[in-house]
Amino acid sequence: MSRVAAAIGRRNREAAGALVGYLPVGFPDLPTSIEAAVALVENGVDVLELGLPYSDPVMDGVVIQDATQRALANGFRLQHGFEAVHAIVERTGAPVLVMTYWNPVLRYGVDRFADDLAAAGGAGLITPDLIPDEAAGWLATSDRTGLDRVFLAAPTSTGTRLRRAVELSRGFTYAVSTMGITGERADVARSARDLVERMRAVGSDSACVGIGISTGEHVREVLEYADGAIVGTALVRALADGGVAGVARTAAALAAGTLG
Amino acid sequence: MTGLRDVTGPYFGEFGGRFVPESLIEALDQLTEAYEWSKTDPGFAAELAGLHRSYTGRPSPVTEVKRFAEHAGGARVLLKREDLNHTGSHKINNVLGQALLTKRVGKTRIIAETGAGQHGVATATAAALFGLDCVIYMGEVDTRRQALNVARMRLLGAEVIAVRSGSRTLKDAINEAFRDWVTNVETTNYIFGTVAGPHPFPALVRDFQKIIGEEAREQVLELTGALPDAVAACVGGGSNAMGIFDAFLDDAGVRLLGFEAGGDGADTPRTAATITVGSPGVLHGARSYLLQDEDGQTIESHSISAGLDYPGVGPEHSWLHAIGRAEYRPVTDTAAMEALRLLSRTEGIIPAIESAHALAGVLDLGRELGPDATILVSLSGRGDKDMETAAAWFDLYDAEPEATEGDLGGVES
Repeated sequence: MSRVAAAIGRRNREAAGALVGYLPVGFPDLPTSIEAAVALVENGVDVLELGLPYSDPVMDGVVIQDATQRALANGFRLQHGFEAVHAIVERTGAPVLVMTYWNPVLRYGVDRFADDLAAAGGAGLITPDLIPDEAAGWLATSDRTGLDRVFLAAPTSTGTRLRRAVELSRGFTYAVSTMGITGERADVARSARDLVERMRAVGSDSACVGIGISTGEHVREVLEYADGAIVGTALVRALADGGVAGVARTAAALAAGTLG
Repeated sequence: MTGLRDVTGPYFGEFGGRFVPESLIEALDQLTEAYEWSKTDPGFAAELAGLHRSYTGRPSPVTEVKRFAEHAGGARVLLKREDLNHTGSHKINNVLGQALLTKRVGKTRIIAETGAGQHGVATATAAALFGLDCVIYMGEVDTRRQALNVARMRLLGAEVIAVRSGSRTLKDAINEAFRDWVTNVETTNYIFGTVAGPHPFPALVRDFQKIIGEEAREQVLELTGALPDAVAACVGGGSNAMGIFDAFLDDAGVRLLGFEAGGDGADTPRTAATITVGSPGVLHGARSYLLQDEDGQTIESHSISAGLDYPGVGPEHSWLHAIGRAEYRPVTDTAAMEALRLLSRTEGIIPAIESAHALAGVLDLGRELGPDATILVSLSGRGDKDMETAAAWFDLYDAEPEATEGDLGGVES
């Protein structure tokens, strides 16, 4: 069974649900990004989502764009992604998913990327710009390697598309709370609850909600109906503003929301 | 029997597709449906044809340029005059079609990316004509080198947003437009300016631009009694090129040539010659050739021409390259600027710097093909917007009149 799905399931038995925390590799530099990810796990994050900086991140808002552009300017290479996964898994034992736009994987070679990720101890990939329709190669490779594959579901997805995203995802299915890009928002959209209900109806038993979740209260609210809450921008901002200690405090505050 | 013209996406060979966030799929499906409807609805075709006639000024003429042709080995050179369209380039052909589709899908706000500003101006124009709200994304670098077009867009009532992320040019303007679209898709249609992007854009934009080649094919036949030996166009994303190529795709005897922006040279890092030096990958929603490093990060392109300064290219071009139906060659900044000046001084036509890349390519092509050849060239836009760049390049503002004369004299010798 997927380590990610197992961790999410365990937190749903022990508490209200799981907290998935995003940070980009290489921001503000490679060693600090590893320390920050370790701090997330030590402060209650159940599943890590490590983002690989990419030159054209169309799903990302300005906070994450600024962080990933800085990582690229500092010389981020894909190899650093594998190094970070390896170091974090070794130190925390937490399941680590890599969030990446598709072209870096294509360029590296889908099979080679999957093999190197598996060798580093990574759990799988979240692919924001790869829809199941275009994923034939990745489906085969992820089956061969046993890596998780997380597809996105949107409020505007048809029933047929939701079913396909849920059936093909492994680890969890990423429910996009609202139409938009990553970033903090005052409230979690009502559309998130509706979307998760529709995902349940087509068989999802591991639905995590992301986009716009930025407080412990948001996490608590989302976990009333979802299996996990995904936080990115609020953590990146905390790391940018307060370093590893700052992101640790923010993670702990978010994790309080998992206690119901 | 089906020909190359019948390939309509989502894939052109191994190129194309829809590599976008799930949040955009419904909008793309809706647009695809409207596009399919538009292909068969006589009312749509009639309305668009009426706009082309009364608003754009179509059909655009074909002009034979004999004095210019003397520099092209004496080959017969015919220009398809998209520069004479309302708003000054071929971009209006596509925008009017997509604006009608916007009405069809019931949206009230349009967004667009722009590089040189020609697509932005055309989109702002259509927004004014149809009473739509309009936001144009333009890289900050481009807002500076195409300041005149920024003013035109604002005068037309559009909001122009200078994009400060990434390389601050066209590719980043596209990223920002996609971000807007994901957020506002309920009210907003994205009027994509070129034959790149996710399906249906490559097919849809080509279909709205193919009028260039369809008119030109008839005009050349009427003028010369035969098909041209070669058809040439500049290629950034590639919309004017697909527009003029399409009608000739199944004319096996007609060579198709796309001239990419070589920048300082295709063998230097400062280039935008995507097919010449790039490799297949995914950018802006489609699998196609792109400029990328070994980690799949997009490499910033460089060209004197903002409209060609793009590290990607439409998937149909990648396919035509892969199957050998079209040839793609780089043209340097310098060669393009020389051709711009040459056409100005031999024919009294100041082309856009983008189009000047095709003209420069034709100077060499004509010499290769010889005096018996006929070459049809897409003159995709006029050069008014490029006067600042040209003035700086040729020192037009500062030079003494006599020095200017001497400086320019060399072109025709």
